[in-house]
Amino acid sequence: MDAAVLQILNGLDKGSAYALIALGLTLIFGTLGVVNFAHGALFMIGAFCAVTFSRLLGWSYTVIDETKTDFLGNPAKIEIPHIYDIFGQQTGDILIDWAVPLSILFTIPIMIAIGFIMERGLIKHFYKRPHADQILVTFGLAIVLQEVIKYYYGANPIPTPAPEVFAGSFDFGAFFGAKANSIIYPYWRLVYFGFAAVIIGAVFAFLQFTTFGMVVRAGMADRETVGLLGINIDRRFTIMFGLAAAVAGLAGVMYTPINSPNYHMGMDFLVLSFVVVVVGGMGSLPGAVLAGFLLGILESFASMSVVLEFIPGINQIIIYLVAIIILLTRPRGLMGRKGVMED
Amino acid sequence: MLQLSKKDSTLLIAVVVLTLLAPVLLNPFPESSALAQFNAGYPDLMQRLVIFGIFAIGFNILFGLTGYLSFGHAAFLGIGSYAAIWMMKLLTMNVIPAIIISVAVAGAFSLLVGWICLRRSGIYFSILTLAFAQMSYSLAYSVLTPITGGETGLQPNLADPRILDSALAEGQTPRANLFGIDMRDTYEVTLADWVFTFNAGYYIAAVILIAAFYMSIRIFRSPFGMMLRAVKSNQNRLNYTGVNAKPYTLAAFVISGMYAGLAGGLLVAMDTQVGAERMFWTASGEVVLMTILGGAGTLIGPVLGAGFIKYMENIVSKINKSILEQWFAVVPDGLQDFLINIIYPFVGKGWHLTLGLLFMMVVIFLPGGLVEGGQKLANLFGRNKTNNGPDSATTPTEQGNEK
Repeated sequence: MDAAVLQILNGLDKGSAYALIALGLTLIFGTLGVVNFAHGALFMIGAFCAVTFSRLLGWSYTVIDETKTDFLGNPAKIEIPHIYDIFGQQTGDILIDWAVPLSILFTIPIMIAIGFIMERGLIKHFYKRPHADQILVTFGLAIVLQEVIKYYYGANPIPTPAPEVFAGSFDFGAFFGAKANSIIYPYWRLVYFGFAAVIIGAVFAFLQFTTFGMVVRAGMADRETVGLLGINIDRRFTIMFGLAAAVAGLAGVMYTPINSPNYHMGMDFLVLSFVVVVVGGMGSLPGAVLAGFLLGILESFASMSVVLEFIPGINQIIIYLVAIIILLTRPRGLMGRKGVMED
Repeated sequence: MLQLSKKDSTLLIAVVVLTLLAPVLLNPFPESSALAQFNAGYPDLMQRLVIFGIFAIGFNILFGLTGYLSFGHAAFLGIGSYAAIWMMKLLTMNVIPAIIISVAVAGAFSLLVGWICLRRSGIYFSILTLAFAQMSYSLAYSVLTPITGGETGLQPNLADPRILDSALAEGQTPRANLFGIDMRDTYEVTLADWVFTFNAGYYIAAVILIAAFYMSIRIFRSPFGMMLRAVKSNQNRLNYTGVNAKPYTLAAFVISGMYAGLAGGLLVAMDTQVGAERMFWTASGEVVLMTILGGAGTLIGPVLGAGFIKYMENIVSKINKSILEQWFAVVPDGLQDFLINIIYPFVGKGWHLTLGLLFMMVVIFLPGGLVEGGQKLANLFGRNKTNNGPDSATTPTEQGNEK
């Protein structure tokens, strides 16, 4: 029982990342009808926004302190972050410690801007081209973005820690009155799951309860009619693209403490997110979220040693296997809508 | 000739001449000149050029003719490689059985994968093939380690049975050969300042490339090829006329899988080792890049694309800062630093950036690839300005990818 609960919890954080990326992917697909292979790169750029922001906060100048000496007898050099001068040492330290959560504020405008530029500058010209061309051009863009990041940040993963407060683990076992230490779970992963839930909830609420969201949903159902009613649907879809980019970027920002970001993390997630979208059903938002969590949890169950003893290697292929079975038995995916990408 | 039209014969002859003379053509710079590093006439690179040419020709039969975009073709290449290396370990170091078995095994595997994946089309087909390839890769890396060697990969050892070969003497390494001709046998010709290397392995691969190219011309020109084009342009209409498209697309899938297996077997024949990274999805992406860059649906395009990418990969990644400094030694210092800073990110380790940009440019502005670019140039400067009709030998199968 404990083991099962632990696996479900383990699946939640990976599932959250899958769900967030897949949500953006399917949002772009449902609105613009574009298959965006560069979406993983947006996730990666989000993560590097967090890296940049924490570097900005830690940006420092060197002061020579005559009173202290290092082991060679030279005057010690002390690095003082610029931020100390602005906010004072105490606040400055807190800000540096909280760099990852704070970088959300920094990431959102950047990601929305990148999304706008991408849609207006490139994707716009590919609406009328076949899906194969859209896949290919965004695939090329993903390579370019990833190489640019590699050039500026190097090929090695950059550790970006979470705030001190979240460093430990939460003891579920003790909390629910079971054995202590039977189910422990890092705090940050809980935060990540909560964050993902909030973002997903916000996107759904935005689409469901605002006029803007209503128009977008109408546009997803029948773009032409909405256009004929005198609504500039293109502009709204561009905004949705920026929103999807921001969701992917935020997923990346919050993921940095779990896995140190490197330049190819986007591609690693992209392949799986596509599988998630297809399993959930192209263009279906609840489907993407459901499939994301489902596959994340399945993956972590498959890596239990009991299961591995029974079917060796299943943890490596479970997601793909499930995708193949689903695609062959339920061609539209779990919650796919009729008439979307039928051919 | 060989039941080909005049235009196709010319194309075939051009390919034959180019591949056979490649050791000379790819070595245009004298050994002592500063440009010698741009020579590509060394065996290892030339072998890669033709082997990936074969891979891309095969991929083009599927993607260029039927329009099904497979993102998992590296799996067939990898499986062909594993089959070939096992032949070399168990039977003989002669390359013939290795290549035959690699084609057969890759064909059988692609039959299975194709039978499942071809139930869907469009993006779903791409994802399904990608899923299969990633599964093969993960399995080769983990559970199938006894068969695939896992992370270390496989190579022939002294202790392998090799039932057809005589036992090797102590200290002798097993070498891939063709009835006694070592794949690494080379014959060097020195002409004044030029050194040309003629390599046995390269010529074997080149002959196979020519055969593969001839096969692909015949497929393009056959009624079967016509059927595949019909699938690409409008599958629904084909269905309405009472034709079941599945056997045709499946046949195309298996044929292109066999080409991939052939390329995998040849890779092993030239360099007797194999690792799972050959099946990673980026490898599948690479063959897509080659085909598109050269011109999907054209006969010569994939070969050009494969050659172009492999050549550039080798040459561009060799350029480093000191070479750039040499080049711009004549310009003033400030300008020199400026130019170097601009160019440096794109060369050396930045080769993938150049490749990505190039690929985007081709997809955006030149959907027909290098072949279309060549035609446009020819139309611009050529004598036959009045003749705007499609050149049947090289035009994309479907005029205008604009649907």
